[in-house]
Amino acid sequence: MHWSELIIQQTINGLTRGAIFACIALGYTMVYGIIELINFAHGDIFMLGLMVSLTLFAALGLAHTLGPWELLIFMPLILVLTMLITGFLNLAVDRIAYRPLRRAPRLVPLISAIGVSFMLENLALVWKGPYVLSYPDVFPSFDILRDVFHLESEIYVTSKDLLVIGVTIPLIFGLHFFVTRTFWGKAMRATAQDPETAAAMGIDVERMIMLTCFIGGALAGAAGMVHGLYYNIGQWWMGYQAGLRAFTAAVLGGIGNMPGAALGGFVIGFLSTWSDQYISARWTNAVVFSILILVLVFRPHGLLGEPAPEKH
Amino acid sequence: MLEVLDVHTSYGKIRALKGISLKVERGEIVTLIGSNGAGKTTALKTIIGTLKPHRGEIRLDGNRIDRLSTDKVVRMGIAQSPEGRRIFARMSVLENLELGAFARADKHNVAADMGRVLALFPRLGERLQQKGGTLSGGEQQMLAMGRALMANPKLLLLDEPSMGLSPILVETIFETIRNIRQQGTTILLVEQNARMALRISDRGYVIQAGYIVLHDRADDLLRSDLVRKSYLGEKFA
Ligand SMILES: Nc1ncnc2c1ncn2[C@@H]1O[C@H](COP(=O)(O)OP(=O)(O)OP(=O)(O)O)[C@@H](O)[C@H]1O
Ligand SMILES: [Mg+2]
Repeated sequence: MHWSELIIQQTINGLTRGAIFACIALGYTMVYGIIELINFAHGDIFMLGLMVSLTLFAALGLAHTLGPWELLIFMPLILVLTMLITGFLNLAVDRIAYRPLRRAPRLVPLISAIGVSFMLENLALVWKGPYVLSYPDVFPSFDILRDVFHLESEIYVTSKDLLVIGVTIPLIFGLHFFVTRTFWGKAMRATAQDPETAAAMGIDVERMIMLTCFIGGALAGAAGMVHGLYYNIGQWWMGYQAGLRAFTAAVLGGIGNMPGAALGGFVIGFLSTWSDQYISARWTNAVVFSILILVLVFRPHGLLGEPAPEKH
Repeated sequence: MLEVLDVHTSYGKIRALKGISLKVERGEIVTLIGSNGAGKTTALKTIIGTLKPHRGEIRLDGNRIDRLSTDKVVRMGIAQSPEGRRIFARMSVLENLELGAFARADKHNVAADMGRVLALFPRLGERLQQKGGTLSGGEQQMLAMGRALMANPKLLLLDEPSMGLSPILVETIFETIRNIRQQGTTILLVEQNARMALRISDRGYVIQAGYIVLHDRADDLLRSDLVRKSYLGEKFA
């Protein structure tokens, strides 16, 4: 493979990986923006998105590569169900573990979040066992450039790359549209900026928090499902690693800043694939975190974050 | 319209309101004056439900509101231009105004009220797409008041609307407050600028260290010794 093709190949891989990180990082940053909590359990919601969708495929008896009609019916169905379930799950986590601590010092809900993370991981461990699960290869896998366009090329763009992009990018843009154009989205942003004043606009702050947690959980669930379809494996502890990367992405972009989280997700995606290729996968975490530290040293509020506005 | 009865509010162990009572009748402008730290902002925050009193009652048109969350109080017809303006800095002027109307049930009247607010504050109309955080202090004050009016409240709470404004703009703001009342909104005003505030008010209350120490018609307050000495800075011969 020529070096230029290699770069293109790794960039495509980075884009796919980054899109998944971006989806997780968005929920991280939204929840932080509205309740100022680093939701450690967020990565585990992503993991449960994978588990839930896996169970749904199994429940519908779908373990084979789906045909076009099955794809058209079952993929959106299972995606929507998974997103609903993880959305409500995240909402329940907030209700049970964070809401009673809303007025407590910041460290308290943080510890609660770590506890929830352990609980969700162990739930998955008991539910699915300690093994590496194989996620059925329900999505047809083929090579776009060669099989579809009959091009002679060393670069692989598979149908699964398109699946990941096709699911995540519309979700990201849909979310962007929601928060910038719709009434409820604006109310959500206002609540994140200043909850007390938002309440004085007649906005029910708790309801906005619920909405935020739901959306964040649903996005993480969608990311979990496409992750399963793409890599075909899953394990109970995978949320930890994904959560850490997504958190890094959110901080890199400027925690609380939504375009920042999406950007951060893609940056981490590219960096980690390039590092896997050109340095070594063993060093990837070190590379990612070094870059994070560098960015924070020179831009403490992240790539797109604004210097922390006064909170009242 | 608004009745505050023996209300006590604390911040943890710090007692800020030690039993205040006041009334605002429909169509009035009532001013609450007092020095720094007297409890004026605390009183307004307690009325709108940001703070919960641990004793006493607050009624709006006879209905108790002191146990309701802020968004419910707002839905019952109270809006506030808070101390320090609290504009949504990263949102446009237009979005700020729209948010003011968030809780309204009568959405079909929102456009008319937008017109009314922009007529009161023409400067806002020229800056609808500008981010709130980039407005000047005076413009932010107009936006805070305009945003509160977008809720079409029965009762408007204004916390130090003249703070930090140039003398000319202070005149304009007080003139606007009068116009707002003329258009049918009842107003409870908190001010440091006691003279100007009392001149446009019907009645006034003086609050000191969490107690209401005096209340009267505004012109009588302007003549009272306590107010002249402590709040108008007049020297007595
Ligand atoms: N968040 C808070 N925590 C603790 N004490 C507070 C808090 N906010 C206000 N206080 C105290 O409550 C008292 C009343 O404060 P408040 O803000 O109501 O005064 P104010 O009359 O509005 O003063 P100003 O004219 O300076 O705005 C003050 O002694 C103040 O120190
Ligand atoms: Mg005050």
